[in-house]
Amino acid sequence: MNKPIRRVSIFCLVLILALMLRVNWVQGVQAASWANNQHNERVKYDRYAYPRGNIIVGGQPVTKSDFVNGLRYKYKRSWVDGPMYAPVTGYSSQIFDASQLEKLEDGVLSGTDSRLFFHNTLDMLTGKPKQGGDVVTTIDPKVQKAGFEGLGNRKGAAVAIDPRTGAILGLVSTPSYDPGTFAGGSDADSAAWTALQNDPNQPMLNRALRQTYPPGSTFKLVTAATAFESGKFKNPGDTTETPETYILPGTSTPLVNDSPDEPCTNATLASAMALSCNTVFGKIGAELGGDALRAQAEKFGFNNDKVDVPIRAAASYYPSGSSPDGTAMDAIGQHDTRATPLEMAMVAAAIANNGSLMQPYLVSQEGSAGNAISTHSEHQLSQAVSPATAQKLQQLMEGVVKDGTGKRAAIPGVTVGGKTGTAQHGQDNAGKPFAWFVSYAKDSSGKQVAVAVVVEDGAAQSSEISGGSLAAPIAKSMMQAALGK
Amino acid sequence: MSTFDVSGGRTPATGRRRAADRPARDTVPNRRNTELLMLAFALAIPILGYANVGLAMDGTLPANILAYGLGLAVLAGAAHLAVRRFAPYADPLLLPLATLLNGLGLVMLWRLDKAGKLLRNNFPATTNQLMWSGLGIALFIGVMWLLKDHRILQRYTYISMVVALVLLAAPAFFPSRDEDFGAKIWIRFGSFSIQPGEFAKIILTVFFAGFLMVKKDALALASRKFMGLYLPRGRDLGPIVVVWLLSILILVFETDLGSSFLFFGLFVVMLYVATERTSWIVFGLLMSFGGAAVVATSEPHVKTRINAWLDPMAAFGPHPPARSSEQIGQTLMSLGSGGTVGTGLGQGRSWLIQFAAKSDFILGSFGEELGLTGLMAIFLVYGLVVQRGLRTALAARDPFGKLLAVGLSSAFALQVFVVAGGVTGLIPLTGMTMPFLAQGGSSVVANWALIAVLMKVSDTARRPAAEPAAEPAPAIPEPAGPDRFGPPGYGAPGQSRGASS
Repeated sequence: MNKPIRRVSIFCLVLILALMLRVNWVQGVQAASWANNQHNERVKYDRYAYPRGNIIVGGQPVTKSDFVNGLRYKYKRSWVDGPMYAPVTGYSSQIFDASQLEKLEDGVLSGTDSRLFFHNTLDMLTGKPKQGGDVVTTIDPKVQKAGFEGLGNRKGAAVAIDPRTGAILGLVSTPSYDPGTFAGGSDADSAAWTALQNDPNQPMLNRALRQTYPPGSTFKLVTAATAFESGKFKNPGDTTETPETYILPGTSTPLVNDSPDEPCTNATLASAMALSCNTVFGKIGAELGGDALRAQAEKFGFNNDKVDVPIRAAASYYPSGSSPDGTAMDAIGQHDTRATPLEMAMVAAAIANNGSLMQPYLVSQEGSAGNAISTHSEHQLSQAVSPATAQKLQQLMEGVVKDGTGKRAAIPGVTVGGKTGTAQHGQDNAGKPFAWFVSYAKDSSGKQVAVAVVVEDGAAQSSEISGGSLAAPIAKSMMQAALGK
Repeated sequence: MSTFDVSGGRTPATGRRRAADRPARDTVPNRRNTELLMLAFALAIPILGYANVGLAMDGTLPANILAYGLGLAVLAGAAHLAVRRFAPYADPLLLPLATLLNGLGLVMLWRLDKAGKLLRNNFPATTNQLMWSGLGIALFIGVMWLLKDHRILQRYTYISMVVALVLLAAPAFFPSRDEDFGAKIWIRFGSFSIQPGEFAKIILTVFFAGFLMVKKDALALASRKFMGLYLPRGRDLGPIVVVWLLSILILVFETDLGSSFLFFGLFVVMLYVATERTSWIVFGLLMSFGGAAVVATSEPHVKTRINAWLDPMAAFGPHPPARSSEQIGQTLMSLGSGGTVGTGLGQGRSWLIQFAAKSDFILGSFGEELGLTGLMAIFLVYGLVVQRGLRTALAARDPFGKLLAVGLSSAFALQVFVVAGGVTGLIPLTGMTMPFLAQGGSSVVANWALIAVLMKVSDTARRPAAEPAAEPAPAIPEPAGPDRFGPPGYGAPGQSRGASS
């Protein structure tokens, strides 16, 4: 009987060997795919198993990790000035996932990024508790505060950029939300989340990056840039040969100015910009043609669906194939033209930076001080216009602030250029117009800032809404904050 | 027929010479001190594991670690003393291996009890398991004490058959509960319940061994050739096939597939060993494939299991199949998250497998917290138990002992394979308990009894020939047959039968 027993013995060894091979397959070869399976709740719990790294603004963390020692989650995220910084940080919720920087930088914040491996190992060896890495932003808390308080309880957004580097100094969206209200997993958190999802004012929409608006008259900057770049106009003082009543090409519809008594007839480019003459820029746009305008708009960043700061901004849109009358309307930022507040800030920044458009960015450094795992290096996105054109555009914009529609943005002792916009929208322009202001400011020490502000429904009556009155003061206070004036 | 050798090596010539040159008692070290040393390791590992869980989950050593350590040590020590007293030549590894597995199981149950608030349908298990382990070791000691010689069990061949069938059929007469999840495998008396299948495993092995020992020659020789295979006569094979078929039918009726498979495999293996005819393996494979195909296509419970095996993540989808369970998928994620070295005891989240983390799927909990490394070690320990059992079968001098040891060892191996294979997704899940590790009183008690019987067989096998003068007449007559197992080195066959009968 011993021979069959030996064979049974080998058979039993084969059974055990098969089990060993199987666990090697599951835990060795397939391990990562099971560990990161979308249904594996451990991924969620791991994110809050130890203190998450922080998002830093102006040297101070605007996020915190509270030790709550829950059954499943040990830590809970909380925010300092949550509503103000929500458009920057996004949220990080135990049960509702995460968004924006909290999501995009999750590897660093939760400490799982492979670049933190050495640091984590060192911590493990020295017995330090595990901790995620930090994310340092470019946000200037003063600028952020100025924009947030300036918008107040109105719907809108504001973006401030350092034109020379592309660093985003302010990123405001109102109404906002406090990510801390649904960071946990309780019923109250779920209720807060549901309420925010159902809020008709869309507080969780990041209007600065993700909402496109008709840019209105602020788009005249792009039209003027095309006019100079194409050689159609040489100087801001050139007259434009605009009739008193400009009929949209191919139609019998006259294009009207904001008020009929504005001296737009045959105005110079400078005064047309200062007064925001629709007839002048509509006519120039129609004459330049849609293709030339679109090419210029794209140099400023329009039609680019990959503007990552690193939060991806919605693509701003300049149409192709518009009819001549449509092109005239496109040229004054109506019709099909759409832009995010970030995009218009980029236009102002490129003009202020002598035509060079820098890649806008929000994260200057990953990892804590003394242990940076990456530092942002600036780079040019495009040369939007020649330096000569940029200087002519600066003259136009400074004229707007000096004696045009943007007087309210003037700051004593500082060079300020701006452009107002009051964008019609809705069926037959029934919606309340959006008030725009895009501007830049430079002080004598060389500090610069470019700002775009949009206010969605700032006043009770449409007639009271204008970029100059509603948006310019907000832009002014942000510029002051950036320059320290 | 091979030559017996006490040291287990394949050097019959040396063994013969040694046995001849010196007095028998000196040539066979009884290895009890080895066992004691191994037992110390087997206790140290779970006690350190217990400390580990406390430190990982609470940051302090568990308050009752001393009591726990002492409790385990007292239980294992009592078992060891019983072995010293009643089975001094028993295999020295089986007790430490069983103690290690039982201790590890207790640690993991305690760790999962501590995470109890996170488990749905949680019933704290550690205290019960400790009680059952104590009972198991008591039974172990009882077997050591009362079972003077394993051959006594031969007398109960047909009683075993009846008892096994009654045990297997009994659960059908008890109402099933919701928490039993489809399988009717429990006998219940109030809050007390036992799983008779675990005991039936041992008792049926006794029956198979007793019956085959008597019939093996008839089965092997008196057969007709049919299609190139030797078929035995009906009157030789009849009774055992009837019993076996009955048990399979009962189990299929109770939807206890794991046990059906186990008993089938046990039957084939023992028949093969008894008759030394390879044709039994061919029959066995054909019948198991045929049976599996029939059951898989007709029985919805099995269909569900097979589908869950083929696509474990289907239960997570938007339209999970009816009666599907997340457990396999959860276990695979648990194993994957454990990776190579595991999260460390107390630091995994295998409670995501829910209640089954403690019972059927405890291997998932081990895999997550001890990693691939830990699982490999656990499989090695199981493999060692099986191989020590089969070594005992090789060493046994009587065919009944050989068959009994082969049966118990291969049943143990098949059970480990069926459970671990099901849990890790190697084969469809059939639902049995991981011997010693999993929560479950019947399983722990029955497996301690299994180890006790194996050790009794090995004690008889390794026991040197006693002085002829002191030997009383054997209680059981040696079965006649061409196949004799008396080792040539130990004198006359009558003297080799063991001293304690």
